[in-house]
Amino acid sequence: MAYSFPEEVLEHVFSFLASQKDRNAVSLVCKTWYEMERWCRKRIFVGNCYAVNPRIMIRRFPEVKSVELKGKPHFADFNLVPEGWGGCVYPWIVEIARGYPWLEEIRLKRMVVTDESLELISKSFKNFKVLILSSCEGFSTDGLAAIAANCRNLRVLDLRECEVEELSGHWLSHFPDSFTSLESLNMACLSYEVSFSALERLVSRSSNLKTLRLNRNVPIEKLSILLQRAPQLVDFGTGAYSSEIRSDTYSSLAEAFSGCKKLKSLSGFWDVVPAYLPAVYSVCSQLTSLNLSYATTQSPDLSKILGQCHNLQRLVVLDYIEDTGLDTVAMSCKDLRELVVFPSDPFVADANVLLTEQGLVSVSEGCSKLQSVLYFCRQMSNSALISISKNRPNLTCFRCCILEPRAPDYLTFEPLDVGFGSIVENCKQLTRLSMSGLLTDRVFEYIGTHAKKLDMLSIAFAGDSDLGLHHVLSGCESLRKLEIRDCPFGDKALLANTSKLETMRSLWMSSCSVSFGACKLLGQKMPRLNVEVIDERENLDSIAEDAHVEKVYIYRTVSGQRPDMPDFVRTMGKDNHEVYNLS
Amino acid sequence: MSISIAEHDYIRLSEANMEKNKIDDKDLNFKATELRLGLPGSESPERESVTVKKRGFADTINGGSGKWVFAGNGGLEVDLVQNGGNKNLGCVKAESDVLVLPKGGLLEKKGLVSVKSDGQTSVPATKQQVVGWPPIRSFRKNTMAVSQTKNEENNDPKMGSGCLYVKVSMDGAPYLRKVDLKIYSCYLDLSSALEKMFSCFTIGQYGSHGAPTREGLSESRLMDLLHGSEYVLTYEDKDGDWMLVGDVPWDMFIGSCKRMRIMKSSDAIGLGKILNTPQNLDFSTTNQEVKSPLNLAPRAMEKCRNRN
Repeated sequence: MAYSFPEEVLEHVFSFLASQKDRNAVSLVCKTWYEMERWCRKRIFVGNCYAVNPRIMIRRFPEVKSVELKGKPHFADFNLVPEGWGGCVYPWIVEIARGYPWLEEIRLKRMVVTDESLELISKSFKNFKVLILSSCEGFSTDGLAAIAANCRNLRVLDLRECEVEELSGHWLSHFPDSFTSLESLNMACLSYEVSFSALERLVSRSSNLKTLRLNRNVPIEKLSILLQRAPQLVDFGTGAYSSEIRSDTYSSLAEAFSGCKKLKSLSGFWDVVPAYLPAVYSVCSQLTSLNLSYATTQSPDLSKILGQCHNLQRLVVLDYIEDTGLDTVAMSCKDLRELVVFPSDPFVADANVLLTEQGLVSVSEGCSKLQSVLYFCRQMSNSALISISKNRPNLTCFRCCILEPRAPDYLTFEPLDVGFGSIVENCKQLTRLSMSGLLTDRVFEYIGTHAKKLDMLSIAFAGDSDLGLHHVLSGCESLRKLEIRDCPFGDKALLANTSKLETMRSLWMSSCSVSFGACKLLGQKMPRLNVEVIDERENLDSIAEDAHVEKVYIYRTVSGQRPDMPDFVRTMGKDNHEVYNLS
Repeated sequence: MSISIAEHDYIRLSEANMEKNKIDDKDLNFKATELRLGLPGSESPERESVTVKKRGFADTINGGSGKWVFAGNGGLEVDLVQNGGNKNLGCVKAESDVLVLPKGGLLEKKGLVSVKSDGQTSVPATKQQVVGWPPIRSFRKNTMAVSQTKNEENNDPKMGSGCLYVKVSMDGAPYLRKVDLKIYSCYLDLSSALEKMFSCFTIGQYGSHGAPTREGLSESRLMDLLHGSEYVLTYEDKDGDWMLVGDVPWDMFIGSCKRMRIMKSSDAIGLGKILNTPQNLDFSTTNQEVKSPLNLAPRAMEKCRNRN
C-alpha cells in the first residue's frame, strides 16, 4: 500500500491531523506510517512527565516544535501532595535544549520550574515563541527577567495561577525596546507592582497584542491608558477594579472600553467597586467569556451586566450571583457553554448567600448549549440532579461540589446516588465527573454501567466498600484518570483490576484503605506501573504490610522508577537496582 | 458482575444502616456523635495511644489552643468504630496543616440560609477544616482571604475565616512546608507547630539519613536550638521585607505575612527594622540572605537601585 502513495502526499494528509489521539492512531497503522508520522509530528503532549523520559521522546520525534508536559497529580491543587514530591522540569529542559534547538513552544502544568530552567529556556531556543506556565511554582521574577531579556521572538508569556517568588517588579523592564512581537501577556498571578511606564511602552509597541491580563496592582485609573494603546485587544484582564468614585476616571474608562471593538473576553475585577461596573456595558454584547470570580459584588450588579451578555459562552462567577442572578443568565445568555460558580465563603457553616441547586437547574433549562459545569453549593437534591440531566443530556463535564462532605439530599435525606446516576445515564457524552455529597456503592454501579465515555472521575468521602471501586474500574471503558480521597476502597478492587490500571494515565488514592502489602504486590505484578506510596510517617520500612498507606499514586510508565523521589515516596515492588530507563 | 467481592460493611453506611441513621439523625441528637475540637480528655482516651509516629509531626496537643494533630490513618479507623459509627471520616492527614474532623451535624444545615428578616446574616460558626476540602486552589483561597481582610477593614459585615497558606522553609532542610496561618491564634501556637514540623530536619542531622534516632532526643532539643542561638523565625511581609516573627501584633502579622523562613541566627542580624542608611550599599547582592553589614532588606535595596 505504501508504494502507491508518495510520502509527500501522506505527509500532507497527516498535517491536517491536529489531535494527538488521531496522530497516535495513525502511527499504529503500519511501519511506514509510523515512520512518516514520527518525522512530521510537530506537537507533543505528555500527560504525565514520569510516564516517559525525554530521550525516548526526542529519539522518536525529531522535529518537534511544541512540547506540553504535566507534572503533579491534580489533587496537588488542593494541597494533598506534599512539597518536594517531584515534577521538576529541569531534566526535561536539558534534554530538549539538546534535542530540539528550534523548539518554539513550551506548556507546563503543575510542574516545579526553577529560575535555572527558565534561563536555560531563554538561551537555548533561538526561535522561542510561547511559554505557558499553569499552576507552576519554583521560580522567581529573576527567571521571568531572563525570558524577557533573551527571547527575542516571544509571542506568548502566560502565567496562570503560578506561585512566583517576587523579588521585584523590574522583570518587565527587561523586554528590550526592539521587542515588538508580543501577542499575549498574562501576569494576573503576580502581586508586585511593575513599572507602569514600562508596561505602557511595551503595550504601545506590541501591535499584535491580543491578550493582556494585568495583575491586581495596576490601578483602575491607568486602565484607560492601556486600552487606548491597545484597542485591538481580544482578551483583557483588569487589575483591582476599585477606587474612590471619580467621574473623570469613569468616563475615560467607559470610553476606552467602547473603543475596543474586538474585545471578547474580560476578567480581573478584584476588589470591585460596583459604581465602575457600567463602564463595561458597551462591550457586554460582544463578550464570549467573562470571569467575575474575584468580583465580590452582589447579585443585582452582576445581573445588570449579565443581562446584556447575549453572546456569552463562558461564565465564571462567585456565588454572590445567587439563584436570581442565574435566572437572569438562563434568560439572557442563550449561547452559554460553560458555567463555573465558586463559593465566596466556603469555610462558613451556614450559607451566606441565596445560592441553591435551583440556580443550576434554571441555567440547565434556559441554556440549551450548556456543556460544562463546575458548581459549588451547600445543598443538592436527587430531583434537581435528575432535572439537570434531563434538561441537558449534552453535558460533557459535570462537577458538583456540595461544601459539606457526605451531605445527603436535603429534601429526602437519602443519598444522592440516584441523582448522579441519572447524570451518567442521560448524559451519554460525559467525559468528566466530580461528585460529592452522600453516596453509596450504588452510584458507582450506575457509573460502571452507564459512563462509557467517562475519561476523568473525582470521588471524595463516598462509597461503602471495595465493590464501589470495582464497579468503576471494571465498567468505565474510557477511564483514564481516577482520583479518590477518603473512601473505604481497598486492596481487593485494586488487585482484581490490575490490567485496567495500565490502560489509564493514573490513579490517585489518599486516606483510603489500601495496604502496603497490596501496593507491593501490585508493583511486583505490573512492571509498567509505578506504584508510588506517598507516606510521611517515619520508619516507612518497618511499617506492617497490612497497614494502610496514606496516599498512593499509580501511573503507567515506560521509564521505570523515577530517580528523583524524596524519602517519603517509595515505588513499591520494584528491585532497587532497576534504574531509571534512559534508553 | 461475575467476580465476587465480599461487600465489607465499613464503618459507615450499608443499605440497612442508612435507614437507621436517617431516623437517628432526624432526632437531631448530635452531641453523642459529634466530634469536636478540644482535648481528648476522658471521652476518647484511645486517641492518645497511636503509636505510628509521623516524621516531623508528633502526636501532640498544640500549645494552649486545644487543637490537635492526628498521626496516621490506622489510629483513625479504630477511633471511629469506637465512636459508634459516626459518619464523618473526614481526612485527618496533618501535613503542615492541623486538621480536625468535620462536625456530625450535617442535617442541621439542610437547605437553610440563615439570613434574618432584616437582611443581616447571623454570625456563622466557622467550619472545622479538612485538608484540601472544598477543592479550591490555594491561589483562589489566598486571594479571597486577602479580599476578606480588606472588606473587614472597610467595615463590611462579611464574616468568614478563609484560610491563608504560606510556605515555611528552613535553612538546610531539603523541602519546605505550607501552613495555614488562620488556624493559629497566637505566636505561641504557631511556633509550637513549626517546632513539631521541623524537628525532624534538625534532629536528622545527627542521625542516619532517613532514619533519625530518637533516643535521648526530644522536641526540647529543637526548642533549645530555636530559643537558643541557632535558629530564628523570620517572615517576609507584603513589602518584601524580612522581619523577625513576633515584632508586630498577631493580627497584623497574619495580614502581612507572605512566607516564613527558619533562619540561622548568624544570618539574621539586624532584622526587625528596615535600615535606610545610604552608605556602603552592596548592589551585587540580590538574594534574600542579608549579607551587607547594614542589613538593608532586599526591597529597600531595590528601591535604592532604581533611584540610580
